[in-house]
Amino acid sequence: MYRMRLFAIRHARTFEWIYKCVERGMVAMDPLFAKIGYNRVERPIALVEKGVKTLLFDCKMCGQCVLSSTGMSCPMNCPKQLRNGPCGGVRPGEFCEVKPDMKCVWALAWNGASRMRDGADKIKEVLPPVEHTLKGSSSWLRVSREIAAHERETRDAARLALAEAFPEARENEPSAAPLAAEPLNAINRELKK
Amino acid sequence: MSDTHRNEVEPIGYVPVPQGYVSHSRLEKVLRSGRFAVTAELNPPDSADPEDVFQAAQPLGEVADAINATDASGANCHMSSIGICALLTRAGYSPVYQISCRDRNRIAIQGDVLGAAALGVSNVLCLTGDGVGVGDQPGAKPVFDFDSLTLLRTIRTMRDQGMFLSGRKITRPPQLFLGAAENPCIPPYDWRPDRLAKKVEAGAEYIQTNYIYDIPLFEKFMARVRDAGLDKKVFIIAGVGPIASARAARWMRSNVPGIHIPDQVIERMEKAEKPADEGKKICIELIQQIRDIAGVSGVHVMAYRREHVVSEIILESGALKGRKRARSS
Ligand code: SF4
Repeated sequence: MYRMRLFAIRHARTFEWIYKCVERGMVAMDPLFAKIGYNRVERPIALVEKGVKTLLFDCKMCGQCVLSSTGMSCPMNCPKQLRNGPCGGVRPGEFCEVKPDMKCVWALAWNGASRMRDGADKIKEVLPPVEHTLKGSSSWLRVSREIAAHERETRDAARLALAEAFPEARENEPSAAPLAAEPLNAINRELKK
Repeated sequence: MSDTHRNEVEPIGYVPVPQGYVSHSRLEKVLRSGRFAVTAELNPPDSADPEDVFQAAQPLGEVADAINATDASGANCHMSSIGICALLTRAGYSPVYQISCRDRNRIAIQGDVLGAAALGVSNVLCLTGDGVGVGDQPGAKPVFDFDSLTLLRTIRTMRDQGMFLSGRKITRPPQLFLGAAENPCIPPYDWRPDRLAKKVEAGAEYIQTNYIYDIPLFEKFMARVRDAGLDKKVFIIAGVGPIASARAARWMRSNVPGIHIPDQVIERMEKAEKPADEGKKICIELIQQIRDIAGVSGVHVMAYRREHVVSEIILESGALKGRKRARSS
């Protein structure tokens, strides 16, 4: 809905915050998702994501959500689907070249970004072209899975470093500096604390 | 300063580029040596006769360091830019190969970039492209697989990393001087300099702007560009063009995307006895004013279907005289 979209951009800072909370929540659920299987949660989560984001941002489910870098203005609503800023045809009053009744998605994006905490800098990064094979899939899941995987790697790296720093202790007391990855339920317990 | 590069012919065939350059482009040499550059737009013919291209190029070649071959600008179908480039390099001109993202996807474009480089093209200009709706075939499918920035980054990757976007290796990378467009005189004004910064980030080494008719607005833009230090990172070539009549100006303003012509300019055209001469005079004055704006490295003249007036405009404006230093480096 166009009106809702404008609302979301006006409140870009709030939505940025909400988005971060959703992201943290999804990352926390990584062990659960992993247990059920990411493939199996993909469909229901994509459905919810589609519902929410269509209502708020006129989301087109490109599968590579970049809203936090585009002032919460979905670039897939640009008739040219530009990912990096306005074209050279924006009309007076910041209306779209192709759809004159609509505000230019990218003029809105810069306005939205200027209200955001991190979004103001993020909009300056050059974004890659859309990967069309990912259309329809859940961005939320993709992002949270990636963050969770990264966090796991960092944790593992720290553990390995510790083990390597105390080789003798490891020889005598492996449990003091374990090398083997912890089973999922142990991490689960850790997260609940 | 002598103008050594003016008639230098760029090589066709693979010759490594000299140190400190990215291409064999004459335009790149002129810009890097700090001289005021002149580029001009060639109007593509609706014909398959190479003579039409040569005839249009001839008056431009007299004054321009590079000739832009447009890629179906305004979404109107004409001879392709790569075809024109192939003809121009053969005739010893230095073309700017314009690539619009509207009509071709990433597979076609990356292939064409290699093809163009092999044909002796040294300059590319990466454009988003006007929407298909304004052109002569509004029912066409708009592609827009890339935007101008992803296109810039892709060609830079091909050139500097020697690989396609897929990671596949390119045995002989294309040696190209990378350009992009900017439109300083249309909204969102406040963000235009940021957008320019992003284009530089993506790989742009020179910028050709859309038509400038509003000097105060352009000066404001340039002030912000200088504040951000962007004029030290990219060569800015300002776009100008003679208006044929007040009616043409009004028509352009409402039918061609991204054209801003202030009312004063149109009024002046209306009052003129010989509108065509007045249009030329306005254009010459614009060039002279633009030359004095710090950070501007050249002008790009676009004269719709009137190539013959381009050399008059350039010579009368004095843009080539002494070629002032636009940038010290
Ligand atoms: S005017 Fe804005 S929304 Fe319309 S096509 Fe250009 S960039 Fe996209």
